[in-house]
Amino acid sequence: MSLDDTKQSNQALIDEVLEAYPEKSAKKRKKHLNVYEEGKSDCGVKSNIKSIPGVMTIRGCAYAGSKGVVWGPIKDMIHISHGPVGCGQYSWASRRNYYVGVTGVNSFGTMQFTSDFQEKDIVFGGDKKLEKLIDEIEDLFPLNKGISVQSECPIGLIGDDIEAVARKKGKEYGKTIVPVRCEGFRGVSQSLGHHIANDAVRDWVFEKTGPKAEFESTPYDVAIIGDYNIGGDAWSSRILLEEMGLRVIAQWSGDGSLAEMENTPKAKLNVLHCYRSMNYISRYMEEKYGIPWTEYNFFGPSQIEASLRTIASFFDDTIKANAEKVIAKYKPLAEAVIAKYKERLAGKKVMLYVGGLRPRHVMDAYADLGMEVVGTGYEFAHGDDYQRTTHYVKDGTLIYDDVTAYELEKFVEAIKPDLVGSGIKEKYVFQKMGVPFRQMHSWDYSGPYHGYDGFAIFARDMDLAINNPVWGLTKSPF
Amino acid sequence: MSELRQIAFYGKGGIGKSTTSQNTLAALAEMGQKILIVGCDPKADSTRLILHAKAQDTVLHLAAEAGSVEDLELEDVLKVGFGNIRCVESGGPEPGVGCAGRGVITSINFLEENGAYDGVDYVSYDVLGDVVCGGFAMPIRENKAQEIYIVMSGEMMAMYAANNISKGILKYANTGGVRLGGLICNERQTDKELELATALAGKLGTQLIHFVPRDNIVQHAELRRMTVIEYAPESKQADEYRQLAKKIHENKGKGVIPTPISMEELEDLLMEFGIMKKEDESIVGKAMGAA
Repeated sequence: MSLDDTKQSNQALIDEVLEAYPEKSAKKRKKHLNVYEEGKSDCGVKSNIKSIPGVMTIRGCAYAGSKGVVWGPIKDMIHISHGPVGCGQYSWASRRNYYVGVTGVNSFGTMQFTSDFQEKDIVFGGDKKLEKLIDEIEDLFPLNKGISVQSECPIGLIGDDIEAVARKKGKEYGKTIVPVRCEGFRGVSQSLGHHIANDAVRDWVFEKTGPKAEFESTPYDVAIIGDYNIGGDAWSSRILLEEMGLRVIAQWSGDGSLAEMENTPKAKLNVLHCYRSMNYISRYMEEKYGIPWTEYNFFGPSQIEASLRTIASFFDDTIKANAEKVIAKYKPLAEAVIAKYKERLAGKKVMLYVGGLRPRHVMDAYADLGMEVVGTGYEFAHGDDYQRTTHYVKDGTLIYDDVTAYELEKFVEAIKPDLVGSGIKEKYVFQKMGVPFRQMHSWDYSGPYHGYDGFAIFARDMDLAINNPVWGLTKSPF
Repeated sequence: MSELRQIAFYGKGGIGKSTTSQNTLAALAEMGQKILIVGCDPKADSTRLILHAKAQDTVLHLAAEAGSVEDLELEDVLKVGFGNIRCVESGGPEPGVGCAGRGVITSINFLEENGAYDGVDYVSYDVLGDVVCGGFAMPIRENKAQEIYIVMSGEMMAMYAANNISKGILKYANTGGVRLGGLICNERQTDKELELATALAGKLGTQLIHFVPRDNIVQHAELRRMTVIEYAPESKQADEYRQLAKKIHENKGKGVIPTPISMEELEDLLMEFGIMKKEDESIVGKAMGAA
């Protein structure tokens, strides 16, 4: 199909899908769907707007953004899901943020703490229960370094004063206790939860406690911001920075600790992977402490190379030379991976629908393997994400913001990609349609995918999904 | 046993809802009606005149002590007072914490599920002055109170409140069966009070069901934590409450869907009776000496 044909058929597909909606809904959804035109400054879609009633959206909530993404992975703090039990239960350890530590002793990442609100807590308020819970945590897990209180919806509805509890108990135990007002009903998606969580770091960590006195600076201190160590991503990233001669003083927040967070104002450069969820605190550190920040992309060798050079450009010639050495060192590995998988994957078409940065960041990793992303979209992006997407996206790509279950199904049905990359809620729908699928939030219980080591796993996983013989054995009953 | 009647008393805070409702219900009890009072105010003062008690143990406080509302038995929360009137107080949190509205919902659900309404002729809800949230609207939702009696007076704010409560009734009248039974004017001795109350009732499409004159004997009874019916059964005031009780009893099924009026119409009404002067727009927002 020629490029013009592709554009035309994608546009026709959008029009067809919109026909299913009532007029008002169609008018609203139309603004979120587009065919990318090369040279435009963004993807031509509206974003960060309330999902329309009646559709199945794939978005999460503010609590998910704060507890699940930003705060949850800080391993030596205990994160209380404050409210009824469900929110904590169903988000329990679901993001696979790996960490090093002894669970239940000095690390708590895979544990679930909740105030388990009952009717009487709603009626009489839950502040006393929260105090008791904090006391019990101190008794049972004295090696915790701090506590965060992740508000579920009822906390905001009944107006509990969790800030007062945090101040009182923080003083009593001499620890950092962070109240986070991330009630799920706030905002249109998990995105506001990221922002609220970033602000809580600012107000309750940076403004309250500074870097540790014993911290000794070096000229090469960097902090990894916005890597949640899904399946070990931050580890396979960190080693590259360290091989360049940089010292990673903090990981935000995968496998991160409160002390790392506190020391981050000492960094010489913040390197930012997930722009969407942590640009806020990066900008704050730039303003307040004068720390520059730069975005990077560690998916696939071409982006890794470019990113290593960008990061090195903030440092002296030694680091720049080291970056080249690292690139040269891993080149054979990357080439071997490509040599092994490219012939099995070349020309395969991919459609993505993911969260913060992956709808754009992984495009070139696929391209490195000769694959092509023909459709992409974000759950909770803002306008600046769609601007950044233009750096990666090819002319004529189908763009879908806050896609509905119906739309995505129809798009995949019509475009017939060789692979869909999205989340657990989408996985079985598409596999039942006979379309190979990879979860691109959790790496489908695999990973890491970041860095050179991650690329090898990424390539293998995509091959496993697409070239699995099972697809040749299925027969349509219709 | 006749069919269960559910009524509710609403009105501005401090207007005398609890006093009026308890006296009226005591009079209904005299008439041989079996009555259950459900207090829906966190202050829990809806049953003190019937029980001669300072404040009854409330459903929610007992539930909090026992663990949850499921741990309670009906006998724990139900007290019997004057005229065999059964009394329950919903209760609620201290001011400034928690959610009193949710408390009302919890309590009413508990009472219904545990058969508190079995064998009574009347259930009467005494509700907090302002319908501040969905919880306090619980008694006027489907399958609860059929008739609402609004206690008011000739004071401007009491009339505003009566109009606002009518708006709430109108909202639920279309989805459920709730109706406005009428206005009860609890005399404050303001200017042209009877005329004004009658006129407002007319505008709202309802009746002034009774004008309760002011009488200090109510105070005397209150100090003894008694209704006038019990304290001075022969008094003129007791007869007033008996009349009101009779009217309410005969008002069964005669409630209306109210026609609440706009702020402007309400102010016009007040001006018509000379309570409010025509607004002089030229003086609005001007400090003393500036005009």
